[in-house]
Amino acid sequence: MLTVNERPYPYRPGIRLGDLVSVLKPGADILVLNGAQAPADTLLQDGDICSLIKVGEIPSALEMERTLEARHSPEFQHYFRQATVGIMGLGGLGSAVALSLVKVGIGKLVLSDHDVVTLSNIHRQHYFIDQIGWKKTIALKKTLVRVNPFVAIKTLDLKLTEQSIPKLFGNVDVLVECFDNPKMKAAALRSTLQHLPGVGYVGASGLAGYDSGNTIVCKRIKPRVYIVGDRKTDVGTAGSLLAPRVGIAAHHQANQVIRLLLGIDEE
Amino acid sequence: MNILCNGNKHSITEGMSIQDLFEELNLSPDSVVAEINRKIVQPDHYGQHKLKDGDQVELIRFVGGG
Repeated sequence: MLTVNERPYPYRPGIRLGDLVSVLKPGADILVLNGAQAPADTLLQDGDICSLIKVGEIPSALEMERTLEARHSPEFQHYFRQATVGIMGLGGLGSAVALSLVKVGIGKLVLSDHDVVTLSNIHRQHYFIDQIGWKKTIALKKTLVRVNPFVAIKTLDLKLTEQSIPKLFGNVDVLVECFDNPKMKAAALRSTLQHLPGVGYVGASGLAGYDSGNTIVCKRIKPRVYIVGDRKTDVGTAGSLLAPRVGIAAHHQANQVIRLLLGIDEE
Repeated sequence: MNILCNGNKHSITEGMSIQDLFEELNLSPDSVVAEINRKIVQPDHYGQHKLKDGDQVELIRFVGGG
């Protein structure tokens, strides 16, 4: 059996890489065999893994889904596809969490921020120079759909409050707190604990500076409620936020989202 | 009188409020989530909510950066 574009295809002796093109991807201009580009007349062996690529072609939703299923398993992808995840704040944490989750193929993301992209954001947040001045919600959505156009993305271009959070995120499976301001971090947790009892929660506190990445941990504080960070290093004392350490925290958060969606509720 | 604050025994004085506890611990009330006996206390009640002997207090403190 061969694997062609992540799907099984029957092997027969004498079959060449180019033979697959007319059947499976007419017009394909890049042929990849076991991870390296190869000519069309290459003889295939049983068990070979082939990718047939039409440069610039956007895959269908089905192709994307099958590829994610092949990578993550159909069972896990089923959970991810059904899920809705809310992200509050689209700075260094939120933009990285969103990018990670869109790669995983989460069904729906609800993204909120009221800010615009500035030059001072570029050093740690997933925006581009040509997006300076854009609303973060719009800029990030543009990037995310380039990664996976089949994730539903709802944007909320507004300033969240302790009162509005339960109204806006009542339907999410997991809510990710990615605010910069510690008052909003506290307000968001308080609001969720009081008004969104069924919602999983992943907050963050303590990710500034360049202390060891190993000090950033994901702590379970209640059932389905987690805080990521070292819990002490703030911008004021550490001096600055740097992309690597913020990224470690963000990916801890994204990883915990995945774990919660899979029904795992332990550190 | 003693309370259990984040799992540690902590002695308090009669009539002490959550606000007083924050001041003693040098915590900024705005960036802390306070739970007394597993119930969240709203920030506008910090001054009036008096602590009692045996209270289980959980303080979740946040620092800035995102």
